[in-house]
Formats: sequence, C-alpha cells, structure tokens
Amino acid sequence: MELLNALILLLNYTIVPAITYGSQLALGAIFVTLIYGVLRFANFATGDMMSFGTMFAVLLTYYFQSIGIGLGILPTALLTIPFAIIAMILYMLFIDNFVFKYYRVKKSAPVQLAMVSVGVMFVTQAIIRIIIGPFDRRFLDGEKFILKASEFKEMTGLNEGLTIKSTQAITVVVTIILVSILFWFLNKTKTGTSMRAYSDNEDLALLSGIDPKRVVMITWIIAGFLATVGGVLYGLDKSYKPFVYFNNMLPIFAAAIVGGIGNPFGAFLGGYVIAFAEIFVTYAYKKFFTYLLPESLEPDSLVQLLSTDYKFAVSFSILVIVLLFRPSGIFEGKKI
Amino acid sequence: MRKYLNIITAYSIMMILIILVGIFQSWSIALSILNYCLISAVMTMGANIQWGYAGLINFGIMGYTALGGLAVVLVSVAPVPEAWSAGGFNMITSLILILGIVLIVNYILKKYKNLKYKNYLIALVIVFGIILIRVVASPGIEAIEAVNPAKTGFLGGLGMPILFSWIVGGLFAAGLAFLVGKIALGLRADYLAIATLLIAEIVVSIIKHEDWLARGVKNVIGLKRPVPYEINLQTSPWFINLVEKLNQGKLNLISSVSEKKDILNQLVIDASSVYVKLCMTGLFLTVVIILLILTQKALYSPWGRKMRAIRDNEEAAGAMGKNVVKEHLLIFILGSAIVGLAGAMMVTNDGLFTPGSYRPMRYTFVIWVMVIVGGTGNNFGAILGGFAVWFLWVEAGPIALFLINFFTAHLDEANALKVHLIESAPYFRFLMIGVGLLVIMRYRPKGLIPEKINTKKI
Repeated sequence: MELLNALILLLNYTIVPAITYGSQLALGAIFVTLIYGVLRFANFATGDMMSFGTMFAVLLTYYFQSIGIGLGILPTALLTIPFAIIAMILYMLFIDNFVFKYYRVKKSAPVQLAMVSVGVMFVTQAIIRIIIGPFDRRFLDGEKFILKASEFKEMTGLNEGLTIKSTQAITVVVTIILVSILFWFLNKTKTGTSMRAYSDNEDLALLSGIDPKRVVMITWIIAGFLATVGGVLYGLDKSYKPFVYFNNMLPIFAAAIVGGIGNPFGAFLGGYVIAFAEIFVTYAYKKFFTYLLPESLEPDSLVQLLSTDYKFAVSFSILVIVLLFRPSGIFEGKKI
Repeated sequence: MRKYLNIITAYSIMMILIILVGIFQSWSIALSILNYCLISAVMTMGANIQWGYAGLINFGIMGYTALGGLAVVLVSVAPVPEAWSAGGFNMITSLILILGIVLIVNYILKKYKNLKYKNYLIALVIVFGIILIRVVASPGIEAIEAVNPAKTGFLGGLGMPILFSWIVGGLFAAGLAFLVGKIALGLRADYLAIATLLIAEIVVSIIKHEDWLARGVKNVIGLKRPVPYEINLQTSPWFINLVEKLNQGKLNLISSVSEKKDILNQLVIDASSVYVKLCMTGLFLTVVIILLILTQKALYSPWGRKMRAIRDNEEAAGAMGKNVVKEHLLIFILGSAIVGLAGAMMVTNDGLFTPGSYRPMRYTFVIWVMVIVGGTGNNFGAILGGFAVWFLWVEAGPIALFLINFFTAHLDEANALKVHLIESAPYFRFLMIGVGLLVIMRYRPKGLIPEKINTKKI
C-alpha cells in the first residue's frame, strides 16, 4: 500500500506533467529540427512563430465563444486550430518568400540566415504584441478535469490522489496523432522521402529531380502545423503569454540539439528527455521517501536536488553536457 | 579626408539627433540617451571584436553583462559583518570545496587520460562534491539570508571604489568566457550561438536565485557613484553661483526677488541632474575612446591581420601554422571582457542592480542588431550601430505615437482601432528594429559603415 501511494505520488507530480510538457516541447523541437534539416538554419523565431499561431487560436476562441459555438466538454480552441494553422502557414510562406528565399537562393552562410531569423523574431513579436498585447490570457473552456484527486481517492482508497487534467489528455492524444501522421508522411510517402533526401544531400536530391521549391513549401506547411498545435497545446495547459513563448524557444532548442538536430525522431525523444530531467531534478522527494522508508530513516530536508528556480538551467546544463560528450546529439543528428 | 566623409556625416547626424532631443524634450533625457548610447557602444565593440574580427557568434552577451553588474555589487557595496559572521565560514568552505573539485577533475583529466571510466569518475566526483557543498552551504545560506532580509540578507561586497569594479567586471566576464570557450568554441557557428545563449541563461538564473550573493530578484539599490550626488550639488555654493552666472541674462529679466529665488532653485535642481549625467558621460567617453584606440591598433596590427585571415579561411590559416583554437579562445575572452566592462558601467550609471531585468531580448538580440546594423568588423561602425539602434529603441515609442496620430487623424478620438494602436505604441519599437535589421541585412549586408581593409594594388 505504501509503495502504491509512493508510486501514485510520483505519477501525479512528476510523470504526468512531464509527459505533457515533453509532448509540447517535442512538437516545437521537431519544428526546429525540420527547419534546420531542410532549410539549414537555426530558427530563432521559433518561439514567436508558435506564439503567432496560438494568437489566432486565442482570438478565434474568443470570437466563437461570443457567437456561442463550442465543443461541449472539449475546449473550443480545438475547433479553432485548423483556422489558426492556415493563418500560420500563410504567414510562414509570406515570410519565407520575402525574407528567407533571397538568402537561400544566394546560398548564404547558415549564420546569416540565423541572424535574419532574429529580425523575423523581432517583427513577429511586434505584430503579436500590437494585435493581442503582452498580457497573460487563459482560453481554456469545457471540462477541466478528467480525473479529480478526490474521485481517485474514493475509487481506490489510497491516501494519494491522482489528477488528470483534460488538457493533459488532449496534449498527449493530439501529439500522438500528429507525430504518427508526420512520421508516416516522412517515411512512407514520396514527398516525405524527397524531403529527407533533400535534407541529407541537397545536390544529389536536385540531381535526381526533386523540386526544391516544393520541398521548402511543404516544410513550412508541416512547420505551420507543428508550431500552431504545439503552441495551442501549451497555451491550453498553462496560459498564453507572448513573453513565455519567446522564452520557451530555449528548452525547445535544447531538446532539438539533445535529440540530434536534423533528426525528427531524435527531437521528439529529446523533448521528453528535457521535460523529464527538468521535473525529476527539481521535484522534492520528501513525501515520496516518507512512504517508502521506515520512520527512523525519514528525511527531514526536502530531498530536492535543485530548487524549482533552476528548472530552465537544468535543461541547459543537459545540453552543455551533451554538447561536450556527444556533439551530434544522443540520437545521432547532423554532424556539427 | 574623403575616406572618412561617411563616418563623419553619420556621427554628425547622430549628434544632431541627440541635440534635437535635448531641445525638444529635455537635456536630462538627451544626456541619459547619450550615456546609454555610449554603454551600448562598448557592448557592441565587445561583440564586434568577436564577430567582426574573428567570426565567432556569441549570443551570451546577456550573461557577461549580468556578471559585470554583479561585479559592481561585489566590489563596491559595503560588507555586511553580521552576515559574514553568520554564514561566512560555510560559504568560504564551499568555495574551497568548489576549487577542490575543479582541481580533482583537472587531475583526473591529466593523469588518467586513457582510463575507460574517466567520465564516470568525473561525474561521480562532481555529483558527490555538489551534495557535499549543499550540505555545507545550506545552513550558511539560510543564516545569511536571515540577517535583516528587508535591507541586506546578503554577504555584501568589499566596500572598494566603484570604478575599480569596472575592471573586476571585465575580469569576471573573461573568466566565464574562458570556461564557455573551452566548452563551446569547437561547435559550428549556429550551435555556438545557441550554446552561448543557454549558458548565459544559466548564469543569469544563478544570479537571480542565489539571494546570499547579491540579493537576487530583491535587487540591490543605492550603489555608490563615481560622480557627485545631486543633493550635495544643490547645497554647495560654488555650483549655485555657477548656475547663476550661466543664467545671468534670464535671471536679470525678473524683478521680484522671491520669484528670482524660486526660479534659481528650479534651475539649480535641473542643472545638478545635467551636471551628474555630464560627469558620467565624461567617464564613459573616456572608456569608449581608450577602447577605440586599442581596438583600432589591434585591428591593423599583425595580430588583427591574423584574426581576419582565420575568420576568412580557417583551414588556410591553420595550414599556415596559426593556432586557430588558441586565437579563437583569446578573442572570445577579450570580447567578453569588454562586454563585462559595459555591464559594470551600466549598473554604475543606473545606481542599482536588478537581476530580473536581464533578458535575452534586450541584452543579446538588440546588441546584435547594433553590431549588424553598424557594420561588422569596423569599430566606428559598431559604435555608430550602438548609438543609432539605442536611439531608435528609446525614441521609437514617441515616433510611433506621432505616426499613429498622423495617420489616424481623420478618425474619431474614441475609435476602437485608434485607441488600440495608441495603447500598443511602445511595441512598435520591436517592429522598427526588426524591419531595420531585415532591410540592412538585405540591402547593406556589411552594415552602415562597412569594414575597410587597406590592400595595396599590385
């Protein structure tokens, strides 16, 4: 019984949140990795692009709520995602056409493209703040919990409750669906194969008749899906604040590099590595040990490796360690 | 002379803009903009040394700036004896422990180079060391933070003159740069950018959350100043006399004695703030000029040529026997030290240390925009970039407001769009900076004042 309590405690406070957060990071990391693999630059506008897509979802949610359209127990935001994705893709293609294309055609150094993406970051951030403002917004409606702690306690008779928020379930389900479709697309379809070929060796791909324009366009379209869905899921789970999205770029980058940049599957796993590390290292295990250990051995400190203030620092330290020992990432990405 | 014409024009325009601010807004505002322009110029010179001379991309400017600021607190603030007696011993023991761990790791790296389990051994040492440090330090930290938490709650500094801290700030930043360089300089350019950015985030989060060090997000206020205080100036007779003399004509027009006194009082208060800022400007200008002379000398020295050779073709320079790794590390340290110096200058100028304000947007990306806009590899360009972009950053709000009012003049005052736009005027600065960066990168990729290298025609 004590063991079960301890496990539920761990599940409730670390594993469930980590899986949710990891899924959100994973979507962003695949976005970074795809842009890096196909277009060959580190996109510093990642966080703000996710924020841009989410902004549309938030605004449309407010609009739908005002005219009384909803999904019942599911959040209205799910209904707005397709429209937000379309807006996001249009914006990305617009930016690509007027900004990135010039440097791609000129075959500029990746650093220059990264600097250009900093310019895009500024502009995107400005547009977002001018349209929706810098404030914290919540746009979750519908049922909040699938499983409440009290219900769980009644059901099982344990001391510890397990809470599952509906946003957590939605995040995991949507991520699984989106990522499965993505990997099926990349591995099984002709277009996906041509994308991977282009990413591996641009010249060879061009020789074998792959249309680079088409590859670039499809990459941005996939990126639009990933950015918007990842952003909306994060916003539903926590809240929507442009500054937070900008900051999320950093753990997302860490996830992409840890997973081996240019390798979508690595990025997917990298998201979970970062999320689990952040939460496991900063969780206070005191209660967990009180359940497991006999009374005489019970710890009196919090048994916390690092305070939660260092949440971000943990993921960045992991990145530094990975860069030191396996610069191409845990799951073999592009050579650095 | 003609060679320098564009430089002279650009700087004259900048000066005229600042003077215009002085005439239309106030001289105090103009001088604070000028001071910040000078600080930004020092930062851009640091970044320019790394990017322009050597092609190293350092997105960690925020971290070095914060370290420079931390140096000011650690050097100039008076020590807190109660805190030292409460937890000083524990902290010093922890420091010795950290040094011990570094030495042991170094020893293992040197002695057991070929050992299979070397990395695991090092990891074990570090993990064990961290646990030991936590055990030793945590009672000390608690004791220190309990000492008068509203006012101190930290160890305080050394109580030395604040100007000394500028050098220490540079040294701190150089030390961090040495570590970062050892870890990250082997990486490809865009990885280096990400890695430095993330390491800077780690540094800032440590400064933010270690309250015993510099009060963390509770901020340190009321730092010393290398220049006189306004309140002392306002009561010193020589200053009042000086202000009276300067405004003789204006004061003579007023007949009533009491009115004259009131106006003189107001003038003295205004003048004291201008005087203090002018003193700061003098100090900053000295730093900028010294750095400019040094960097110019370096750029045209054999060493500068070597750096450019390495930048333009690493393999070729390596093949000619230049030690690329060593030179990269050196220039990374030098550039970061200058950024650290700028960070110390900024905190001195503000008189307060606010770790919460160190954000990548303001302290990394804006500085990079300055470097790119000004002209990479050219110190005059870098300084101009610092001036121009900072000026735009500050004045973008008023400019945006003016433009919005101009274009929506025909709309009703209560029009929802107009109200919304006016409310979001401050955010137009991001738009202007971003569009400016994109336009410069597209149409003038070498910046406003491009790099000039004298090559003899054969």
